[in-house]
Amino acid sequence: MHILMNILFVVAAPFVGGLLTGIDRVITARMQGRQGPPVLQPFYDVMKLVQKESIEVNSMHRFFVYISLVFAIFTTSILLSGGDILLAVFALTLGSIFFVLGGYASNSPYSIIGSERELLQIMAYEPMVLLACVGLYYADNSFFVKEIINNSIPAIVYLPGVFLGLVFIITFKLRKSPFDLSMSHHGHQEIVKGITTEYSGRDLAVIEVTHWFEVIITLTLVFVFFATETPISKVFALVACALVYFLEIIIDNAFARLKWQQAFTSAWIITGTMGIINLLILSFFR
Amino acid sequence: MYAISVLILFPIIAALLVLIVRKDQIRDMIVRISAVITAVITLTVVFLYFQKGISFNFPHEEIIDYIIAALEGSMALFIIIIGIKNKKYIVSAFSAIQTPLVLWFEFSQKHDIVVKNGIVFDKLTAIMVLIIGIVGSLICIYAIGYMKWYHYHHENYPVRKNFFLSLLFLFLSAMFGLVLSNNLTWMYFFWEITTLCSFLLIGYTKTKDAKKNSFHALAINLGGGLAFALAIVFIGINFKTLELSVLIDMKPEAMVLIPVFLLSIAALTKSAQLPFSSWLLGAMVAPTPSSALLHSATMVKAGVYLIIRLAPLLGTSSVGRIVTLVGGVTFLACSLMAIAQSDAKKILAYSTLANLGLIVICSSIGTQESLWAAILLVIFHSVSKSLLFICVGSIEHQIGSRNVEDMDILLDVSRKLSLYIMIGIAGMFLAPFGMLVSKWVAMKAFIDSDNILIVIILAYGSAATLFYWSKWMGKLVSNANVKNHVKQTFRKDEEIPITIHAILVVISCFGFPLISKYALIPYLTHLFHTDAMVPISTSDVKIMLYMLSALLILPISFIPIYKGDKRRKVPMYMAGQNAGDNENFHASMGVTRKVELRNWYMESYFGAKRLTLWSNLISIGLLCAGIILLIGGLAA
Repeated sequence: MHILMNILFVVAAPFVGGLLTGIDRVITARMQGRQGPPVLQPFYDVMKLVQKESIEVNSMHRFFVYISLVFAIFTTSILLSGGDILLAVFALTLGSIFFVLGGYASNSPYSIIGSERELLQIMAYEPMVLLACVGLYYADNSFFVKEIINNSIPAIVYLPGVFLGLVFIITFKLRKSPFDLSMSHHGHQEIVKGITTEYSGRDLAVIEVTHWFEVIITLTLVFVFFATETPISKVFALVACALVYFLEIIIDNAFARLKWQQAFTSAWIITGTMGIINLLILSFFR
Repeated sequence: MYAISVLILFPIIAALLVLIVRKDQIRDMIVRISAVITAVITLTVVFLYFQKGISFNFPHEEIIDYIIAALEGSMALFIIIIGIKNKKYIVSAFSAIQTPLVLWFEFSQKHDIVVKNGIVFDKLTAIMVLIIGIVGSLICIYAIGYMKWYHYHHENYPVRKNFFLSLLFLFLSAMFGLVLSNNLTWMYFFWEITTLCSFLLIGYTKTKDAKKNSFHALAINLGGGLAFALAIVFIGINFKTLELSVLIDMKPEAMVLIPVFLLSIAALTKSAQLPFSSWLLGAMVAPTPSSALLHSATMVKAGVYLIIRLAPLLGTSSVGRIVTLVGGVTFLACSLMAIAQSDAKKILAYSTLANLGLIVICSSIGTQESLWAAILLVIFHSVSKSLLFICVGSIEHQIGSRNVEDMDILLDVSRKLSLYIMIGIAGMFLAPFGMLVSKWVAMKAFIDSDNILIVIILAYGSAATLFYWSKWMGKLVSNANVKNHVKQTFRKDEEIPITIHAILVVISCFGFPLISKYALIPYLTHLFHTDAMVPISTSDVKIMLYMLSALLILPISFIPIYKGDKRRKVPMYMAGQNAGDNENFHASMGVTRKVELRNWYMESYFGAKRLTLWSNLISIGLLCAGIILLIGGLAA
């Protein structure tokens, strides 16, 4: 039964993720005074991509995005089955590295520049992700999601600073402006489509689906900060996820893309101040 | 007992044989056979004593002591003379102080000290012996193939292959002695031999750079040796013992902490921690096999080995805190500085420093969990890093450069080498591989022991680590076209050790639960007198092993897809200006230009100059604070 539930979650995850991207596009359009596409547009896009011819520059580079998808699914299943959050983060990183390698493997100028930027982004957000896990361990004495969300006091009470830091770097993970340096959802970037420049057809569809998984993974990280043993808290946690997602959409629309220097230093400094101060206080009172 | 004597003595015999034989083919054969025999003896010794362990003293200990004293004296004489000859007086001075000091102690103070166990073989020793024996003998075989083309490419260097290979064996013997000795004077003797070996190997090419760097390394390591010698005299006079195991069983009081601090200084110099790290970077001028063996896999591990041994005394003591912080500064600074490097050996050197820093942190925190992580780090790092070094050695031969920027053609030049170096790099930082498992446990151990500052350092350092390894991997997969490439032979003497090494990396990753169960847990249980637990839950270990299997199987499962592939290949996108060959583009004014893609080095953030200065200042400050704390502890 438990396993069935997990499988169900993992199967449902990309649909929810896709739906959220669709909602995102509608809200964004309304903010810009446009009508925008239907909510199901991301699904139409992917279905269309699957039917298109896949052309490529060499036979190597598609391999990496498939593996990246495998590990995104893997991460989702660890998180949604209540597994070890640190392990999930490592698996997620592994997937992201494969994605980056895919960009390198095409050996095409725009993708390589995209890959290098993506790598920089990973370096920028990785400390905060790790410190968030550390913070959760501090607050709940366990790395296991199922134990973290079954505590009597939500982790956010202990970790407001860490949470804010996490919200800051989630912008990277959701590929939102001002931190969408490596590839943007919009085709008019200075490096075309960044890492994904040389991907088409089915491979591009895979990348899109991977992104849906990543949306779910990121929001799960938000979820664990609010959930406790009471059922009502889980509703609150879902509301918090929705709010954070909405906030990211606003940020996306309100800020222009930053240079890599600013993206990198700001992420490390925010991590430094938010994460470190919070953790130091926590360790002091432990 | 005999097996252990054979283990220490056999490599010396091999070294002598290799030194006197002049004919290349015969010598190569001797090296191969001796390396295999060394590996066999290693396995035998471990097989014989692993379960029960053994500690004993040789029957005629005084005779051994006299021989050692004589050898130490002649070594000191040699160092003093070359020091004066080359106007490196500091080297002579260090040697002229410490050796007479030790000899004086030996002959005037030692008679009433009884050493019960000169040699101790326990599970930790077993692990170290295995690393030295297996990795060491593989590198000796590799050195045959490497040195052949090394002199072919560098005609201006004097050919002293027999000297080089012989030193490698002498070094193996010294390392075996070092990890087996429980008697501190013996350990010191072997410690000094490794220093000397390292000096001679760095100076192998006799160029100006090599000379300068070799003396630099010698000076710093002799400085560490001096601290070691002072510690021995202090322990001998105050506690009437010379046994490491007895020292460890003492309580961490102020008086005990003084020699512990001195020994830690010795360990930090040997493991090239800041502010002593500059010698290891200079040591990269040595031929690659010696970098692999001495400067990453084994010799630098001697330092952390000593700290792991001292761990029960370090723990929460002031000295322990200082050593932890020094390790932390080294880990962070070197991980960051590695980003700005493009020379493969330099990257490996910085990464070695950083990982040694991490091991120093883990072992000096001294809890069960952190020691578990420290020992696993030693194992994984040795195997992966020596694989990386010897791969880089062969790559340099194949593509004529060891700059990471030039490695984008490697996939076309040699698929095998690309695969092996990828395994090595993945082994250093990716999820299901060993180093990450240990890092993970290390993180948990740091939180559990409330070292929040170290946790933060680890978080930032890991992010940097990820960056510089991934961008290297990126170059390796980027599959650029090769033009005008002269094919070089990939010798069997290189290929076989590299292949075995790569297999070892994978096996050690699959086998870490076993290593943990049969070696680490019993060792830690014995050390702490309480039942040790595996720090990772079984379910996580299972998931990790699934991931590892997935990584091994997935690439293979793609082969059938590629076989029936009918996809259209198109030129890559260059804003419509691709000249058609994927290498050039139509630039403005109708000129055709070559596309050049370079990785990021971010000199302005991670340039070595500034970071070295600051991190050195901080670590020197920390060591000074350590001395002050010690004096304060005595006064209190």
